[in-house]
Amino acid sequence: MTDLWIHPSLILILGALVLQITPKAMRKAVLIAVPVLAFLDVLSMQGHFGVYGQARFLDWTLTFGRVDGLSMVFAYIMTLMCIIGTIYGLHVENTWEHLAAWIYVAGSLGVIFCGDYLVLFLFWELMAFSSVFLVWFRGRKESLATGYRYLLVHTAGGLMLLAGLVLRYQATGGDISFGPIGVGDPHLYTWLIMAGFILNAAVPPLHAWLPDAYGEATVSGAVFMCAFTTKTAVYALARGFAGMEILVPLGVCMALYGVVYAVLENDARRLLAYHIISQVGYMVAGVGLGSQMAINGACAHAFAHILYKGLLFMGCGSVLQMTGKSKFTELGGLYKKMPRAFLFTLIGGLSISAFPLFSGFVSKSMIVAAGFEQHNLWAAFLLMLASAGTFLHTGLKVPYYIWFGKNNCSKETWEKAKDPPLNMQAAMLIASFLCIFIGCYTPYLYDMLPYPDVAAQYHPYDTYHLSETLQILLFTALGFFLLLKKLTPEAVISLDMDWFYRMGGRAFFWLARKPIQSADDTVSEAYNTIGLIPLMKTSRFWSWFDWNILDGVIDGTARGVRETGGVLRGAQAGRLQYNIILMLAVVAVVLVVLAAA
Amino acid sequence: MIVKFIDFLRDRLTLVIRCCIGVLALLVLWDALFVSKEHAHTMVEHIPGFWSLFGFAACVIIIIGSKWYGHQGIMTREDYYDD
Repeated sequence: MTDLWIHPSLILILGALVLQITPKAMRKAVLIAVPVLAFLDVLSMQGHFGVYGQARFLDWTLTFGRVDGLSMVFAYIMTLMCIIGTIYGLHVENTWEHLAAWIYVAGSLGVIFCGDYLVLFLFWELMAFSSVFLVWFRGRKESLATGYRYLLVHTAGGLMLLAGLVLRYQATGGDISFGPIGVGDPHLYTWLIMAGFILNAAVPPLHAWLPDAYGEATVSGAVFMCAFTTKTAVYALARGFAGMEILVPLGVCMALYGVVYAVLENDARRLLAYHIISQVGYMVAGVGLGSQMAINGACAHAFAHILYKGLLFMGCGSVLQMTGKSKFTELGGLYKKMPRAFLFTLIGGLSISAFPLFSGFVSKSMIVAAGFEQHNLWAAFLLMLASAGTFLHTGLKVPYYIWFGKNNCSKETWEKAKDPPLNMQAAMLIASFLCIFIGCYTPYLYDMLPYPDVAAQYHPYDTYHLSETLQILLFTALGFFLLLKKLTPEAVISLDMDWFYRMGGRAFFWLARKPIQSADDTVSEAYNTIGLIPLMKTSRFWSWFDWNILDGVIDGTARGVRETGGVLRGAQAGRLQYNIILMLAVVAVVLVVLAAA
Repeated sequence: MIVKFIDFLRDRLTLVIRCCIGVLALLVLWDALFVSKEHAHTMVEHIPGFWSLFGFAACVIIIIGSKWYGHQGIMTREDYYDD
């Protein structure tokens, strides 16, 4: 790499603009070329760690390109996922959807490479404001409201982050650099910045935006969304908050919370969304543990997670794309109609469940092992418990109730169901291959981690770990089949933390409509009776006084003025629009005169 | 091909179930007799088949616990927010 450093976000943003003016025949070529270029750009940075793209702005030096081990592993997987996601959405005609997706990825990459809080904030907001279009483009009546909720929540998170960085700027005497924040001595700004980050990481109780938005996004939009927002937040936490102890219990709560709601969920994509919360919980706990092995584990799991979760959203997205349905109570028995989508989803399910030879096995175990190593036993055991839940839902419930189980498809759904277009299958094939490749050949991922020496010491495939994992997973499967009846999906929704702001919003409107409006009416009424009537009477008296006494005295001046006014009013055209036209005409004439002069 | 393979298995469902139970039994035996426990983190893990018990119990607790929680008013009608 030469001194010329090109920001991959720039490639994506310019590419997105070029796409808008590209003729239809050439569009697919551009759609492939742009993310591939961004990926090659990231590849060219490997082995060239350093600080690039610095610019002076007012009193500050802004850093757009901090290239190191931590930023590279995230940039690598995100640009790779951008290629896969774009291939998956290659059939989408709406170029604005591609534009929104690419700008969203550009926002993520901007955060990953930035070296200071100002640039971070800029790209942080870019992510929220571009990804919301991936919800709105779904075009349903609910999409609009969901998008606004998503935006409001992220704006609130952004404001917390902004407040935190302003306070930090003041407290540190003008430091805007983004690095380890000093978790040993937390201030108010530390908590505020952390709150901004963990909102994007979907840590309960700040998580409800995630299933709300990802369940409603477009088919290919959800594939992008599931990869970028939460993992960018994990990156930001790993950069700034490694070793922040509170993150361990928060992460464990996330891991379990997602599992509980996944049992109740009837919508396949919302179930997957709850499992994002669960899986990001492992990463957040890893960051909280803070050891080199735990940070490696958090990064490795983010890497593996982006691929398998993308794959799962692609699999369930294909069902939605082809049948228009995503609820278990409206699907079932589809293996005959969509066998390939089933196979790909199963690979995603086995990967997320950490089955040996699949990607989750080599990444998730690193975090749990770090927990055990640091004698954080309760955290490690609870994470093991959550991993049983992961297999239960994503490895078993999702494939079983879509492709097997009771056939709940309507005649129309059944007729429409078939494997998705080739581009969608190709994207799923690439992601499936990578999920298995990472699971089988560990140096590919381990060499990329921020502490490769520590990673090289870790061997997931020892007999004990294999026996432990296989026992948990297979006996979970036994439990699943024994309790199958209990798990039968129900056509319900589950109330979550969004209840507070959805119903809170309604309470606000009710307050506005009922008590405030009626108080206003009462006040007006009271004013009418107590204020206005005496006032009218008083003014009538003064009018009489003026007319009969004063005017009489001052020789009918008032009457004279009124008559003059009447004449003037007659001279006027009398209507507002005539006056506006007249005025415009005058202005036009003045302009012409001025131009001529 | 995938469909044929699945149908092949479904036609022999009883046999498949028996094989699966056999695999589970073998797995516990393998753990009890051959797996070295030197990498175990705690004492309880030395119990033969500990993780089998853990996996099964975890699954049952998650299903029953979550469903119980859901039926406390968390699961509600689909048009709840439509009013």
